[in-house]
Amino acid sequence: MTRSHEPLLRVSDLTMMYGDRVGCRNVSFELRPGEVLGIVGESGSGKSTLLRSISAQQEPTKGTVEYHTRIDGIRDIYQMSEAQRRLLMRTDWAFVHQNARDGLRMNVSAGANIGERLMAVGDRHYGNIRNAAENWLDKVEIATERLDDLPSTFSGGMQQRLQIARNLVTSPRLVFMDEPTGGLDVSVQARLLDLLRGLVHDLNLAVIIVTHDLAVARLLSHRLMVMQRGEVIESGLTDQVLDDPQHAYTQLLVSSILQN
Amino acid sequence: MSEMLHAKNVAKGFTLHTQGSVTIPVFEGVEFRLNAGECIALTGESGSGKSTFMRMLYANYTCSSGSISVLHDGDWLDITTASPHAILDMRKRTMGYVSQFLRVIPRVPTLEIVAEPLIALGTARETAMEKARDLLTRLRIPERLWQLSPLTFSGGEQQRVNIARGFIADYPIMLLDEPTASLDTQNRATVLALIEEAKARGAAIAGIFHDHETRDAVCTGSFDVTSFKVGAND
Amino acid sequence: MEQTVNNPLEASSAYNFAYLDEQTKRMIRRALLKAVAIPGYQVPFAGREMPMPYGWGTGGVQVTAAVIGPDDTLKVIDQGADDTTNAVSIRQFFAKTANVATTEKTAEASIIQTRHRIPEKELREDQILVYQVPIPEPLRFLEPRETETRKMHALEEYGLMHVKLYEDISRHGHIATTYAYPVMVDDRYVMDPSPTPKFDNPKMDMMAALQLFGAGREKRIYALPPYTKVKSLDFEDHPFEVQSWKDECGMCGATDSYLDEVILDDKGNRMFVCSDTDYCSERQDAGHRGPQHHDQPLGTSHSNGKAAE
Repeated sequence: MTRSHEPLLRVSDLTMMYGDRVGCRNVSFELRPGEVLGIVGESGSGKSTLLRSISAQQEPTKGTVEYHTRIDGIRDIYQMSEAQRRLLMRTDWAFVHQNARDGLRMNVSAGANIGERLMAVGDRHYGNIRNAAENWLDKVEIATERLDDLPSTFSGGMQQRLQIARNLVTSPRLVFMDEPTGGLDVSVQARLLDLLRGLVHDLNLAVIIVTHDLAVARLLSHRLMVMQRGEVIESGLTDQVLDDPQHAYTQLLVSSILQN
Repeated sequence: MSEMLHAKNVAKGFTLHTQGSVTIPVFEGVEFRLNAGECIALTGESGSGKSTFMRMLYANYTCSSGSISVLHDGDWLDITTASPHAILDMRKRTMGYVSQFLRVIPRVPTLEIVAEPLIALGTARETAMEKARDLLTRLRIPERLWQLSPLTFSGGEQQRVNIARGFIADYPIMLLDEPTASLDTQNRATVLALIEEAKARGAAIAGIFHDHETRDAVCTGSFDVTSFKVGAND
Repeated sequence: MEQTVNNPLEASSAYNFAYLDEQTKRMIRRALLKAVAIPGYQVPFAGREMPMPYGWGTGGVQVTAAVIGPDDTLKVIDQGADDTTNAVSIRQFFAKTANVATTEKTAEASIIQTRHRIPEKELREDQILVYQVPIPEPLRFLEPRETETRKMHALEEYGLMHVKLYEDISRHGHIATTYAYPVMVDDRYVMDPSPTPKFDNPKMDMMAALQLFGAGREKRIYALPPYTKVKSLDFEDHPFEVQSWKDECGMCGATDSYLDEVILDDKGNRMFVCSDTDYCSERQDAGHRGPQHHDQPLGTSHSNGKAAE
């Protein structure tokens, strides 16, 4: 699988201020199709702020976020109409929340959760929608008998996998993940990581994954950005950043968290 | 002989910010060449920086100065300045690395882990799996273990999985970090055979070998990293 | 409808004509004009306190008060019937405050206020149908945030409506929603047709009469101008269908009307009768008879439960 060199996403000089307080500052990077970028840093370092600004959930104070749309080529997402932006967010983009409950509709069945995006883009054939939902349930390793069950009857790991299925059903090209393995048992985390890695590879997904877990970052991401106090202080090849960190803060992060 | 990799005037030091920003110089003025079909042993006593140098060749460690160029896709790629994308592509298609550590996602079956580099190169899944089965058989990993994660294996078994994964794709350049440590005689013989086969197809190999017998059996030359240690000539 | 002049001599002098003050009626008419201009769009209005509790048709009453004139003839139905408490009290309310003529005959009414049903008899261009609406927002079922539902309407993001129908089919094997069945209005706005049975949905489509919807508690007004396209949402492989009954009306023998089930005794005896009482009695007057008809006046069989003997 050859990767295109044309960037899918380009973030330029992005700054988010909350009054005088810095959310994130002067962040620039590009992301190619199929590339996984990890953003690491401790709580309050600006990771989530950055993710929200990139993913069209919070307009930045300064800077641009450009996305290579399927139809119109490269577009500044904050210059699009809200209708276009929301369409983009529910078709070509996906957002996996740390808490599956934030990303699921808890009062409708697993099948309806997965089918929602299809119906949102105009799919009006119940049988097809149901088949697609069943396929995706299978892909995320949930027994297809659970298709009509409410997500509230699922375990935490299953809910997280359902959230992923719900997001990927429209074949998005860019996925945002905010601590996707946070709050899960270690064994459940492993299963999810394996699943994510497989999907990322098979579907050639570009992913921006925010995590404070360096082991997760190492296993999933090609590149890493390390954030401290709202700024990117080090970035590069994942194993280079983790094994030969140059910045004082990265060294501290690696020495205090990484076990092996 | 065609040159596959060269290091020119390479220096490396570590700055430990967490320990009072002390700087530990490791190498300076390193000159190194690696040709197709040869197997060079990196030598030097324990702690002399053999592994550090090998990691620099793989771009796992950065260089403080100098250049390391790799023949990738018919062009020279300076991995000390190349983009992460270029390095990943170089690792995917040109340079294999057998490390001493097995870093894999838990739960992934051994067979998948071994076949993965070949699948990533675009080889048909079944062909890759077939080759993975062959290698695991040659390396005496019992078939009943193939569907299990290697994280539950013994040290020797994990190492053999690493070797299988490293040798499954016919990389033009291979780096081997103590591939035969902790292996029994039979398995060591298998690894030596794999190295010979790689040489025969023209791979350029650099390795760290802990024992003389192995080194003498497969290496065409050696490179003593000690001579480039900072302060070595004082 | 243009008539706003008080008629204090004929109406009860204690009230302004049709209860509401003129400014309020003008405000409601402006909302109605906007609603007519944007079919299916929910227009907010400054709903007033009415002398009846929410849930008793305060929205419909305010709309009726804003459009009624002294020459109008008012019919009020609840579940199709003119003689239920809610219908009777609203009819009396306007008889007292506006001194208008009232009727139980669909054909004679110029304004029909309804809860739950659309009359079986086809309505005309000179008639207005006013619906009492409890929850005007069709998306509320899945999206509790008003800011979000408004945005969804604005951007025509209606996938969620089909999520509800999907759930129906997955649970019941068919679309089990039988009332408040969502419709697409004029290919633009998804609308809740108020808790009318879906049996009545096809009547809304291209109806000759003006249809006005008032939600008192939620303070929303929406409308369907005459001859507006109204399409019930469905799936290609689960098309919209109206209810049908195996039985005919026990009184008039109608097979094409919406039937209510009436339990006759505690031995399981029951009968079906038209929910539209005017339609049923008109048919009986014309000589139609159902199996349980014993030439008693309609209503007797309901109350004494002896019709089957």
